[in-house]
Amino acid sequence: MSSRIEILNDGGYRSDGRRQYELRSIDIDMSPQGTADGCAVVSHGLTQVQVCVFGPREARKRAETLHDRAVLNVEVGVLPFSAGERRRRGRADRRILELAASIKSTFEPVIQTSLYPRSQIDIFVSVLAQDGGLLQACINATSVALASAGIALGDLVCAVSGGVHGTFPLLDLSALEEGDLPNVTVAITPRSGKVTLVTLETRLHVDRFGEVFARACEAGRVIHTEMRRAVRARTSKLVDAMGAGTKGTGEEDVERDVLMSEINDF
Amino acid sequence: MVLDDEDFAEGTQKLTCPGEPITSSHAFMRGHGTYVDNEEVIASVAGTIERVNKLISVRAIRARYSPEVGDLVVGRITEVQPRRWKVDANSRQDAVLMLSSVNLPGGVQRRKLESDELQMRTFFEEGDLLVAEVQAFFADGVMSLHTRSLRYGKLRNGQLITVPPALIRRLKSHFITLPCGVDLILGLNGYIWVSKHLKQNEQEGEDAFDAEAVYSNRNDDIDDATRAAISRVSNIIRILGAHFVPLTDTLLLDAYEWAVEQEGGVKDLLNSDIGDALVSAVAARS
Repeated sequence: MSSRIEILNDGGYRSDGRRQYELRSIDIDMSPQGTADGCAVVSHGLTQVQVCVFGPREARKRAETLHDRAVLNVEVGVLPFSAGERRRRGRADRRILELAASIKSTFEPVIQTSLYPRSQIDIFVSVLAQDGGLLQACINATSVALASAGIALGDLVCAVSGGVHGTFPLLDLSALEEGDLPNVTVAITPRSGKVTLVTLETRLHVDRFGEVFARACEAGRVIHTEMRRAVRARTSKLVDAMGAGTKGTGEEDVERDVLMSEINDF
Repeated sequence: MVLDDEDFAEGTQKLTCPGEPITSSHAFMRGHGTYVDNEEVIASVAGTIERVNKLISVRAIRARYSPEVGDLVVGRITEVQPRRWKVDANSRQDAVLMLSSVNLPGGVQRRKLESDELQMRTFFEEGDLLVAEVQAFFADGVMSLHTRSLRYGKLRNGQLITVPPALIRRLKSHFITLPCGVDLILGLNGYIWVSKHLKQNEQEGEDAFDAEAVYSNRNDDIDDATRAAISRVSNIIRILGAHFVPLTDTLLLDAYEWAVEQEGGVKDLLNSDIGDALVSAVAARS
């Protein structure tokens, strides 16, 4: 396959017409679904992932509760029609379990679980369509879904994948590129600049790693602005909707707002 | 304070999202929905910033119900345990209803005996709905409920609707009777019970206190007009909940009048365009 398709042509374009560091279009939908406390559907190009968050709520298994913090439960379902080749994966598939484990370990340090003792937070991930960058899409969607559920987070976690073609680093790999290139997925918390996840499933030359990693961290910040915009848009829509029904209290809000603006002096 | 220019243009309330610095921790104290890192107060939830003197907190726009003593809640029994029931009340943990904080059928006042403990399922079973008041908190933050009033207790003759808890404000009374023959109980936890109207004398009065009716599992006869009214009110609440409109008694009345004026069927309300029309009509009236 790699012999016929150029990953990066002489003009500096990739097989889908992107530049080296160009990300695929990202789309974030936070409209509520069913009884979930928070949900998000995030797409990176043709990869689409839906995440529903329930909780914090009473743990289903009492033996698993912790007296000082919440328990995270991540379940990943890959829909049979999500990939090009129709295939049914069980819940116990090793790849899926690993995906769930990496999502869980990414978010455990970020969610302020000590605020919710003896409870459980359920994160249900469904992969709707796959075209490379599955882990990054799962992490970004989970991040937004947790924010929409009103769960306390240290920061929004942003993930992006990167690879190396020859000596050129590429970002946000599609399925085609992912199959051919050594790739790495990096998740960062942009405010503190901390890295919560780095995974390599293939081998990558150590001299190339540094540059890919640095580019991925930069790209994470770009994705962060998109995520922040989506969360803010959703929040302001809900705040406006709440305000529309209660015009009587409008004056109070204005007064409070004047007070708030004083904070800006600091 | 670290906020962009667009926030000032946006209007009434300051919004924030997780990980956004709000202000310096030297001048302010951190409240709910914030944490301190590197001498900065940082938001941990998406919502509106609130300030009381030097206390900065962020109220999450969508979150689970956080109980306060005296709140009226509607809940569902999830478990029967020794001398207590576990109640799902849309909170972070299940609430507890102690056997000692319920009324006995017939209204007799006495200590609960072992025989009462053995017949706890005749009072409340798993899956039963009830209306109760938050009585106190246990050391680990679990809320304890009580139903020691004739207005509280098991629910029947109606249906349950769930809305985000932020939409229910504290009102003078959370028991609302609409003129269309429908009773509403607005639980502060976002659970709303819509039921057939009970006449005042059936509902209260020590002498008419019917031992059987309090913990009965059987619905009264509900005629078709009342059923339609209950469904209409339920659908209205669903629409308002989906559009994130805070519920009040006057708003619900307006919405019900509007829905009747439209002369559509009860289920037509759930069409998205009729729902949108309802919300804009109600917003225009209030």
